[in-house]
Amino acid sequence: MTLEIESKEATHDTDGLPVEELVVNIGPSHPSTHGVGRVVVHLDGEVMTHVEPIVGYLHRGIEKMSENRTYLQVVPLTDRLDYVGSMYANWAYCRAVERLAGISVPERAEYLRVIVCELQRIASHMMALGSAAGDTGAATMFIYTFDERERIIEAFEELCGSRLTYNYVRPGGVSFDVPEGWLDNVLAFCAAHRDKLTEMDKLFFGNVIAKGRLKGIGVLSAEDAVAWGASGPVARGSGVNWDLRKHDTYSVYPRFDFDVPTGSNGDAYDRGRVRLFECYESCRIIEQAISQMTEGPVKTPLPRLLRPAPGEAYSHIESARGSLGVYVVSDGTPRPYRMHVRSPAFCNLALLKILAPGHMLADLVAVMGSLDPVFGEVDR
Amino acid sequence: MSDHLEELRERISELDPTIYPLFSIEFGDAVIAVPLDDLLVTMHRLRELGFDRLGMVTAVDRPEFFVLVYRLHSRALSAGLFVKAKVHKEDPVAPSMFEVWPAADWQEREVFDLFGIDFEGHPDLKRIFLPDEFEGHPLRKDYDHPRVIRRPDYI
Amino acid sequence: MALVDRIGTSLERTPGGGIILTSVDALVDWSRGQSLWAMPMGTACCAMEFIAASFSKFDYDRLGTFPRPDPRHCDVMVLAGTITEKMKPAIQRLWDQMPEPKWAIAMGNCTVSGGIFYYDSYSVVRGADEFIPVDVYIAGCPPRPESLIDAVMQLRELVHEESIAPGKRRERNTKLPRSKAEANERMEAMRTPESDGPHAPAKVVNKEFPSDVIADEGGEV
Ligand code: SF4
Repeated sequence: MTLEIESKEATHDTDGLPVEELVVNIGPSHPSTHGVGRVVVHLDGEVMTHVEPIVGYLHRGIEKMSENRTYLQVVPLTDRLDYVGSMYANWAYCRAVERLAGISVPERAEYLRVIVCELQRIASHMMALGSAAGDTGAATMFIYTFDERERIIEAFEELCGSRLTYNYVRPGGVSFDVPEGWLDNVLAFCAAHRDKLTEMDKLFFGNVIAKGRLKGIGVLSAEDAVAWGASGPVARGSGVNWDLRKHDTYSVYPRFDFDVPTGSNGDAYDRGRVRLFECYESCRIIEQAISQMTEGPVKTPLPRLLRPAPGEAYSHIESARGSLGVYVVSDGTPRPYRMHVRSPAFCNLALLKILAPGHMLADLVAVMGSLDPVFGEVDR
Repeated sequence: MSDHLEELRERISELDPTIYPLFSIEFGDAVIAVPLDDLLVTMHRLRELGFDRLGMVTAVDRPEFFVLVYRLHSRALSAGLFVKAKVHKEDPVAPSMFEVWPAADWQEREVFDLFGIDFEGHPDLKRIFLPDEFEGHPLRKDYDHPRVIRRPDYI
Repeated sequence: MALVDRIGTSLERTPGGGIILTSVDALVDWSRGQSLWAMPMGTACCAMEFIAASFSKFDYDRLGTFPRPDPRHCDVMVLAGTITEKMKPAIQRLWDQMPEPKWAIAMGNCTVSGGIFYYDSYSVVRGADEFIPVDVYIAGCPPRPESLIDAVMQLRELVHEESIAPGKRRERNTKLPRSKAEANERMEAMRTPESDGPHAPAKVVNKEFPSDVIADEGGEV
């Protein structure tokens, strides 16, 4: 793979002066591309005329690898997909396997899955907001949000012993029941987190500089959001009320009372703010889940080697980035015949090339930050 | 679950009788199996029916053919649907869905990259994940490369 | 060639310069080791732990290790995350852009050996040491931020062993053993009396290897 970019010929403007289109390469190692994204930008002066995201710098072939692992051995691979929200890929994959093999899940396990996934949503949104704010110059915000994320990571560590790659949701349930006092800690976190969110809202979204940097930047219309397959906060920022937890509901989500925050302008500011408000809703869901939870087993005993009958299953859940789907095909052997991940970050990042043109080069990081790509999931 | 699918089947038969015979239920999911030649027309119809989101495009390498798998969603019908089409192995060409849903843009590039299926009418069909000089299409079952070390069977 | 290197060369030639050289070495190594600025080569999941290590709770700024995403400013490249064939030229170029003296920390199993992606993957580079001379390896998937801090401390010790005199330069090991026989050979080589402490491998790893293993290292230290 070459890193060279062909330059464009000079043209002339209305006064006959030569105008050369400038091609700027950003990435694949750039602090504002959230990992290994690369963007090739064509500039007219300081205005972007053509933007081409180039992905694949983290393509690890997880789909191919899982064809040579047993069904249970694929779970750790799914952790490495979306490394900011590992629980989601775990869950989406496990749901697909459960559908495929007809495994039932105990109720307590469903509640635990909801709790960890909502915590994960907060953690992931904190990361997204912090890095987006950091990119646009508000480094303080990153420190606040990262602090909140760290608290959740600590809770996860207490729960399953790992800070990042949890491997917690397994086919048939979750790996462990919660340790003593864990749920109380989570409740205490939720109570404190609300105040922090309000503070962050004032600190960043109430800030005149942030408004100036984000409002009206990267406007995505609702029609485009649907047609381009955007999901999650990116679609909801444009006013598309589409949340799988509500509209294609799964697990125990119908038992909770929560709202789906949507934006109206579809710009970077709205997308960010939707994330912030989702954290409030996540706190609500966690509190309801903890109060509704009953004692019971957390795992259906399964044989070590699953051999689902030939068939296929698709399952999707609402991850922090959008609808995360996993498609598993079985041919009756202990290994999946095919595993495919429908990655929300991948579909959302494809929007960059229609959102960024027309803005200044400096706005590229604001648009990119508001799309919140995680390259483990984009590239798989 | 199955009530829901029957409902969807009825809705589709009311709305568009031409699609109805293709409708089936496989493994608890609504599936429309289309011959490759009719794929684009059917997709246009489905879009008019209200399937406004293209969720996923992927392929499965079966021994005799590739199966293209599309996952559609409709907010109006609140339903999801699979569309499947067989693609020949010798001449893997399929119509591009870019004009129906622009969401197909990158996902078709991905299928092209990993399976080597050509999409006719795609505006910018090139490898997306792998470097341009990469040889072969790794998600095909017969893909082999000396670099790949196969995992020993522990199980 | 930097000024310190010239001083080193001339001191080595001067009779009796060895005494001064030791003190100058101590000063130079101390100053180099106390502020190892890190180039965050975060490509995947491990980058999250790298960020965590640089934020409030773990805060490795207090060790003088400051993440600076600019190769020209950095002393140590922290390779955090999976490296793919497509990413390799970019990392190689950034590594070449870093000024001497430079060190590399391989953070996480992916950069040590390919880790979980060792088998079956068609695009992952099995270990950063295929193309970059790595000084400290951290195992873990991902390693905890504390391990990164520990790696920085171990790297400091390595830095303190260095000398500005060309004759006293330490040779660096660049490759992991690729066969069992080679690994055994190296284990034997490492079993010297002073290497039995808890931190032994990191300290000794670069000293005792047979020279044929070191032969094809690119560039000088
Ligand atoms: S070592 Fe593990 S956590 Fe680190 S990049 Fe590799 S897979 Fe991710």
